[in-house]
Amino acid sequence: MTRKIAVVLALLAWLPSMQAVAAPRTPASGNEVIATLPRQDDGLRALRAAAAAAPADPLPALALARRYVALGRGSADPRYYGQAQAVLAPWWGRPDAPNDVRLLRATLLQNGHQFDEAQAELRHIVGTDPRNAQAWLTLATIQSVQGDVPGAIASCGRLSSLAAQLETFACLAAAGANTGRMRGSEQLLELGLERAGDTAPETRTWVLTMLAELAARRGDKAAAQQRFLTALRVAPTDSYLLGAYADFLLDQGRAADVPALLRAHHRNDALLLRHALALRAMGRHEALAPARAELQARFDAAARRGDAVHLREQARFTLHLLGDARAALALAQRNWRVQKELADTRILLEAGLASRDRAALQPVLRWIRAQGLQDVVVTRLVERAS
Amino acid sequence: MKALATLLAMLLLLWALPAAAHKPSDSYLALAVEGKHIEGRWDIALRDLDVALGLDADGDGQLTWQEIQDRHGAIAAYALSRLSIAAGGAPCTLVAGPQQVDDHTDGAYTVLPLRGTCAVIPRELTIAYRLFGDTDAQHRGLLRLGEGDNPRTAILGGERPVQTVPLSQAGADGHALAQFVAYLRHGAWHIWIGYDHVLFLVSLLLPAVLVRRDGAWQRVPAFRGAATDVLKTVTAFTVAHSVTLALAALGVLAPPSRWVESAIAASVVVAALNNVWPLVPGPRWAAALIFGLVHGFGFAGVLADLGLPRGALAVSLLGFNLGVELGQLAIVAAVLPAAWLLRDTFAYRRVLLPAGSLAIALVAMVWLGERAFDVKLPGV
Repeated sequence: MTRKIAVVLALLAWLPSMQAVAAPRTPASGNEVIATLPRQDDGLRALRAAAAAAPADPLPALALARRYVALGRGSADPRYYGQAQAVLAPWWGRPDAPNDVRLLRATLLQNGHQFDEAQAELRHIVGTDPRNAQAWLTLATIQSVQGDVPGAIASCGRLSSLAAQLETFACLAAAGANTGRMRGSEQLLELGLERAGDTAPETRTWVLTMLAELAARRGDKAAAQQRFLTALRVAPTDSYLLGAYADFLLDQGRAADVPALLRAHHRNDALLLRHALALRAMGRHEALAPARAELQARFDAAARRGDAVHLREQARFTLHLLGDARAALALAQRNWRVQKELADTRILLEAGLASRDRAALQPVLRWIRAQGLQDVVVTRLVERAS
Repeated sequence: MKALATLLAMLLLLWALPAAAHKPSDSYLALAVEGKHIEGRWDIALRDLDVALGLDADGDGQLTWQEIQDRHGAIAAYALSRLSIAAGGAPCTLVAGPQQVDDHTDGAYTVLPLRGTCAVIPRELTIAYRLFGDTDAQHRGLLRLGEGDNPRTAILGGERPVQTVPLSQAGADGHALAQFVAYLRHGAWHIWIGYDHVLFLVSLLLPAVLVRRDGAWQRVPAFRGAATDVLKTVTAFTVAHSVTLALAALGVLAPPSRWVESAIAASVVVAALNNVWPLVPGPRWAAALIFGLVHGFGFAGVLADLGLPRGALAVSLLGFNLGVELGQLAIVAAVLPAAWLLRDTFAYRRVLLPAGSLAIALVAMVWLGERAFDVKLPGV
């Protein structure tokens, strides 16, 4: 009985988040807390003041915009990107915009998955300033995401004379991750990390996460587990890392470890999705239902806005949590046209297999063969598909 | 035990309470138009308002209802200064009612009830949207215009701060050309499915390849003569129905639809019987002119059914009229050559023309009875 009441109360607590029952209300008391605002530290306040004091000077505006972009990355909250763009508005659309503004513009475009536009911006930067290491690195990243391996390797080559060795190795490892050179990339990266002394924590997190993922793709569970935990000690709240580790746990049949890992991160759609996948794997249907409803509401909200940034997550949601293979396949195909990372390839294979659509599978199977892509899970899926 | 249950429930509440999602900044603007009046609600994220206006007076990160209420005037003024709505080239007034709150996936929103009045009955709304344009360049206003299953939607803000959104189904595609084409299609389609107009035209066309001399039908010597006769008849019909259609659509004349429909049925009866027993004096084009006036009112009724209000845009009126003409021309193109080829035959003169006309007259008489007495006969 006690438990029943508790469950009912817990379910009631979900109601405000569900769109179907939302209705405007007038709070009864003035003391009622309506919203909890994100805490903003004093550093941000000072940067804002500096930018406001010199509205014609791009330097304080750039400092503030970079801070917003960093906040956006750290929290996975896209509102900060919009605020960064607003700060740079006076220089944003100008043909003579400084390269620093263009670089942030490329970063924000990449964030909205406007990869072609971002590439054009970066090519303009490296054309006028070929020694801009960050521009080459961002360009290589976008080329890797889009599956342009030779282009990405060429960009990493330009980076090699401008950046530290570890960055170059990481750039090359990312470019070669989906090819037959994966094992070599991993060894190079491991060596680079051993030899590197002081590296920026972001670079360290990036490299450790990549090493963990590469080990998992080879099927070396022990190495992957150890590297994930090392990375998590460096960056316990990095949302990409959390997602990658949660995926590893789900693949290893360790779904029970996922909810604790992601407990504080349900704001992030991609991490809430992993949480829900874990609940499903554990058969906890009463907890799964509200999480599924919440995810559906978020995808609906993104659709109203016309956003296509979460197509990969939406395809996973549609396939594994709604069980609609045809719809999931359509989403996965749309997503794969834009980005071709391992997770994009994998969800397309899974959706194609689930809907028994051999024709839809052919292009991705050809692509996997041509690239020489290595991954224990993908290999199993390819065997089922051929 | 009771305390334990409460504690457990509270723990579960804390655990289950979903963290509000991270998502780009949106506002939700829902509008409905009734006559000249606009009613709506505008949901704006409190988080965004706090960035722009600084709502959190004590800076503790906890926004209370009191803190929001204290700034109600500022919130309404800020929001309304960044939204303007116009109809027919004139701005509509817009005021905000007492605000409420609601929850969306990314947290709590203020809900501003909106009320407005436009100078004219809107066919479309021109909306200028600049909310948070200076603080969040990726903010968008998600508009929902109209209620029911098929509302208009638009994504406002960003690089397109001013947008015009049509209200009616016919103007859904927004610009004048699409609207014109839509009404053109409606006009042609109406001729295709408007059996009374079709039969009226056929009644006028059947005898066009013949000429009555000494109480009997003779063949028209040249196709040119027949074509000229048809051209005169169809043009007279077009001119007449265009005049009454425009008068009705502009709201100048509005005869009761039952009379109009009955008169249209009567016109078919007269035109068909005239082919057997000539009763209408004067040339056929004159009859087409007079009856065309009646048919124009009939088209106006269709136009009104499509949701086109009185005082409609000239472009949709023109489109509809041209559509009607295209429909008529299609019928002429189908009937006239066939009639021309068959005109010398016994079958055409002695059977098809009289019997066909009588059949048309009979059907039209049934319509006349139904429409005049507002009854429905089975099977017709």
